[in-house]
Amino acid sequence: MRIPCPLCGDRDRREFYYMGAAEALTAPPGPEAPPEVIDDQLHLRTNPAGETRDVWYHETGCGAWLIVTRDTVTHAVHGAVLAERRGTTA
Amino acid sequence: MAKLPETSPAAGLLPLTHGGLTLSEGPARRMWMIQPYPGREAGLDAALRDAHGIGFPEPSRSTGQRGGRLIWAGRAQALWIGTADPAPGLAQHAALTDQSDAWAFLKLEGAGAEAALARLTPLDLHPSVFKRGHAARAPLGHMSAILHRRSAALELFVFRSMARTAVHEIGVAMRSLAARAAV
Ligand SMILES: [Zn+2]
Repeated sequence: MRIPCPLCGDRDRREFYYMGAAEALTAPPGPEAPPEVIDDQLHLRTNPAGETRDVWYHETGCGAWLIVTRDTVTHAVHGAVLAERRGTTA
Repeated sequence: MAKLPETSPAAGLLPLTHGGLTLSEGPARRMWMIQPYPGREAGLDAALRDAHGIGFPEPSRSTGQRGGRLIWAGRAQALWIGTADPAPGLAQHAALTDQSDAWAFLKLEGAGAEAALARLTPLDLHPSVFKRGHAARAPLGHMSAILHRRSAALELFVFRSMARTAVHEIGVAMRSLAARAAV
């Protein structure tokens, strides 16, 4: 498995550290939200069969945090964007 | 306090030659990490061109001319290498950190240098891929290194505390290649 770092190019998966599901990057619900919504945000992940997005840290490369789009069924890696630019692409 | 003698990071370890490859220590240079503040990249680039005649390098590239050069060293950071310090005015646009004593600067020269490093890093360093002026932040063994191709030499930068490890690891790779060639 290779991850296409936007800064470094294609690099081996072992250069990266997995940091969790990208959906955890969305803003947490406010304090007025019902407990089940906050529980969902904190603890429940989608675990899709198919396309998923997660956060990887390019630990032994450039040090950037990436959002990687990949497929849990085919193991295809579709692309990666810098987490700091997540609002503008992908 | 007593005057302490200054030694280079690889003093007493280099140069090292095996077969056609030579590993040597780069010259003592001023080294600064230059890290642009968010949104100040264009300002930093302009200030660098004004003060030193070079721009901030694109990812995985370097820029330079006589007196000072910049090697991309990771997300939003580049390593200044010069005979003098970078202009203090750059601090308006970027965090400047004097790291002159923090890096070991090694040079690997000779035909087959890529083959030796292939035993230590997963990068494709073939000259048709990793060309003159190309830079990378990548693992070298278990170390985090900056690699750069400059004319005939592959330049390597590792943390100063790793100098002896780097010389040992690269030396083993050089010796193995030379031994194979001699069989
Ligand atoms: Zn990277």
